[in-house]
Amino acid sequence: MLTFIVRRLLWSVLVMFVITVVVFLLFFKTPGVDPARAIAGRNPSAQTIAEIRAQFGLNRPLPVQYGLMMKSLFISRDLVSYSNQGVKVVQEVFAATPATLSLVFGAAVLWVIFAIAVGIAAALTRGTIFDPLLMVVALIGVSAPVFWVGQIVNMVSQGGLHSTFLFSWVPPLGYTPFTQSPALWFRGLVLPWITLSILYIGFYGRVLRANLIETQSEDFIRTARAKGLTERRVLMRHNVRTSMITFVSLFGLDFGALVAGGALLTEVVFGIHGVGYLTYQALTNLDLPTIMATVVYGAFFIVLVNALVDIAYAWLDPRIRPT
Amino acid sequence: MSAEPLLEVRDLKVSFRTEDGVIPAVDGVSLSLSEGETLGIVGESGSGKSVTMMSVMRLINDPNAHFEGEVVYKGRDLMKLTRDQIREIRGSGIAMIFQDPMTSLNPVYRIGWQIAEQIRAHEPISKQAAHARAIELLTAVGIPHAAQRVNDYPHQFSGGMRQRVMIAMAISCHPDILIADEPTTALDVTIQAQILSLIRKLRDDFGTAVVLITHDMGVVADLADRIAVMYAGRIVEQGDRRDVFYDAQHPYTWGLLGSIARLDRPKPRRLSTIPGLPPSLLRLPEGCAFGPRCAHRFDRCDERPALLAKVGEGHLDACHLDIERKKELRETTIHPELIEEAK
Amino acid sequence: MATLLEQVEVDTELRPAIAGRNPWALAARRLWRNRIAMASLVLFLLIVVLCLAAPLYAHDVAHVNPFVPNLNGHTVVNGKVVPVMQQGGGALRLGETPIGPTWDLSHYFLGADSTGRDVAALLLYGGRSSLLIGVGSAVLCCIAATVVALIAGFFGGTTDALLSRLMDVIWAFPVYLLAISISTELLTHNNGFQFGPVHVSATSLWVPTLIIAFIYIPYVYRPVRGQVLSVVNKEFVEAAVSQGSSNLRLIFSEILPNVVSTVIVLLPLMIATTILTESALSFLSIGVQPPNVSWGTIIQDGTGLVYTRPWVTIAPGIMILLTVLSLNVLGDGVRDALDPRAKLRVEG
Repeated sequence: MLTFIVRRLLWSVLVMFVITVVVFLLFFKTPGVDPARAIAGRNPSAQTIAEIRAQFGLNRPLPVQYGLMMKSLFISRDLVSYSNQGVKVVQEVFAATPATLSLVFGAAVLWVIFAIAVGIAAALTRGTIFDPLLMVVALIGVSAPVFWVGQIVNMVSQGGLHSTFLFSWVPPLGYTPFTQSPALWFRGLVLPWITLSILYIGFYGRVLRANLIETQSEDFIRTARAKGLTERRVLMRHNVRTSMITFVSLFGLDFGALVAGGALLTEVVFGIHGVGYLTYQALTNLDLPTIMATVVYGAFFIVLVNALVDIAYAWLDPRIRPT
Repeated sequence: MSAEPLLEVRDLKVSFRTEDGVIPAVDGVSLSLSEGETLGIVGESGSGKSVTMMSVMRLINDPNAHFEGEVVYKGRDLMKLTRDQIREIRGSGIAMIFQDPMTSLNPVYRIGWQIAEQIRAHEPISKQAAHARAIELLTAVGIPHAAQRVNDYPHQFSGGMRQRVMIAMAISCHPDILIADEPTTALDVTIQAQILSLIRKLRDDFGTAVVLITHDMGVVADLADRIAVMYAGRIVEQGDRRDVFYDAQHPYTWGLLGSIARLDRPKPRRLSTIPGLPPSLLRLPEGCAFGPRCAHRFDRCDERPALLAKVGEGHLDACHLDIERKKELRETTIHPELIEEAK
Repeated sequence: MATLLEQVEVDTELRPAIAGRNPWALAARRLWRNRIAMASLVLFLLIVVLCLAAPLYAHDVAHVNPFVPNLNGHTVVNGKVVPVMQQGGGALRLGETPIGPTWDLSHYFLGADSTGRDVAALLLYGGRSSLLIGVGSAVLCCIAATVVALIAGFFGGTTDALLSRLMDVIWAFPVYLLAISISTELLTHNNGFQFGPVHVSATSLWVPTLIIAFIYIPYVYRPVRGQVLSVVNKEFVEAAVSQGSSNLRLIFSEILPNVVSTVIVLLPLMIATTILTESALSFLSIGVQPPNVSWGTIIQDGTGLVYTRPWVTIAPGIMILLTVLSLNVLGDGVRDALDPRAKLRVEG
């Protein structure tokens, strides 16, 4: 198992390296675009452009340029956003992370619990009206664009019904750090949590149900029944346990992607200034340094989570482990 | 052996509704099994042999399945028991092992855990005691270093070993009946012999009654006390081992026997075959199901033959041919090389 | 111990060899019988037809040009002539609200947006863009992924390793971030792109189509490659190889047909995914660019009117929901038709 873990982590390092190279090429070497001008943002002064050229060594050989980019991203972390009054970009990314983590963690807790409930309920009630009903609801959850759901949620909770008891507890759009006010932090996150999790409950509920039904016809389930185990035990200890392997690996991938900025739609709609929101802002301002930082750190996080998922998968499924 | 049979299947019928029609997988099967007896059920894929025994254990959960008939075990009709009642019997009264040991064991749990799980489902003993029993069982089925291997996962065992594990698990609660559904089909020939002798040893040691399901006459030749031959969901011949092998009364049985190469006879130029393909259960012919493939079919075969004892008590067959005619035809069917010699 | 009984192959579905029964015909029949899937196919086609009829609606029914701002325009509600932009006034047009839904098909059925344009007409034109991009990118993606998967699976070895690693790297970028990065870079090209003789304008629908097609290639690649690998190892391929078939022939006549069903199952689901992705990108203003509209851009436009004129937000979302829902249901139906689990487990 240890060799597996080490190999997997080494592989991740390689992938991270490749990602930085791709980012470098994308941002510095796209044909027809002058990177200095692009980084400098709107209406740059000639002096700014010159500074940028120096900082990134744009007149020097390629590997040097790459090295300088990496340095400003990781080592000195003094990459600066010119469109945003010289804010230090990497620090900005770190500052935005707690908001995103709060959002994604809370939504994840919600969606795991409900997806498992929906999946098991649908598989158990197979043959009755509840199974297709649950699946239709799940499908609707998957088919509705998350940003639209958020808009509708806002429409309802911040609009006309805001003064009623239903939604008066909803604070204005935005994120309150936990350290500042736990109550406000919570109240401000409830609706975003629900919005973000709807999509994933639908998706994971369906995945789990499909897996449960597929596993149902496996030979070892037949053996488990032949052993005289209760249906509940067969379901939970044998069926669900095996189906969770796929569930967990998919979950890991989605969780990683969300924290890395994939939750940006929800963040934008609810005014939560997380990593995704930061990326979006950087977009609309064509603030290349910020985009570079969010993309690189985001991708790194994903690669790390992917490695963890693979390791978890090996732990869950002993057949994968090298003996 | 007591006079009362341990297990009695009475006119069992199992059918499945599909989008193309109703499939009569088991069409009026009656069997009986006495304590300590070994019954071999022989037939090809689609003959209904597995469905019969899975129905005995009520392991068929298909909502499209329809069951008729009785299965009496120790005086109770298993078809009428509640789910909890049948659950108690499974594993402790009647145990079953299946064809492919790789997929029949849960890949994510250690085998000791899986054996202990079965024991603890039926007996109130502690985890440690169950674990110790598991080690004993593994030793009894011939797994070396049982104390270490009890903590291994199924994929760490070879095919033959896995089947031994399955057997260990099945006998862990000392069942009265062990049903072995094609236990050796997925294994090499050499391992096959080992598994069969293991089953015999356990049967002799514990007095377990065994139902051995197979498509291979050779497998039951040694082990079975009685044999039932199934075709298209029906029993076509049933009797003592000697009777079925040496005095076979049904053309299908002749075909099965003829396809075995014998060491004690001159080598035939060709093994005899049963022409044709197994029938689609959706479109069974009226009358004898084997008719379309039978070389000796005659007009009476349009009428479905009943399973009756004609040649001796306890030896039943479902064929309209009369006994004398059968004697003549049997030799030429099973040993066509004799026709060659005669020419 | 190969007895003759083993030599007889019995289909586990207990059907005798039905000579000449085309598996595609069987699948089509199964799909046809699946009423829910058929209903959703009808729904999807209805939406497509409706959106393709956008020019028809705009010119002949509503008599508007939905792309031109109509701040000073008037329309008819209940027989009365009313201005499209209501309340407030003055040179700066502060405090104005566009007209709400009239529920009158020929007069601003769903109301107007913040520049006075007819939302209903925009909705249909937007649907055209969204559907074109959605279907186009999904098809392109599937074709590209299949080609790469065929090459990787067939040639194996280093080719496979290289291609699969490449796919992993692309997939390591979270889908939206990748799309955002590429879009951002491309948007800085105000004059469009030149590919040899072909000029692609920066606002062309091709840009989001190609980007979205590209980012999902690894997603389709994985299952298709798995299928290619399982086919490549089968005996009939070995047989063809021993007959001396050329590589190209092998790929196209032996392997591809067996892989196509995997792709067909994926297609409706991919279209659903690409439509959702396009709407998100357009919502963020980095997808479809003005003067083109898509359902996502309309939702974006509706952000300022969310509390006063909710239908500008609600309508396009419902369209997306219905389209994607119908595709998902259809996708389930196609999968069930092409890959039916034997409903019975009958052995021996």
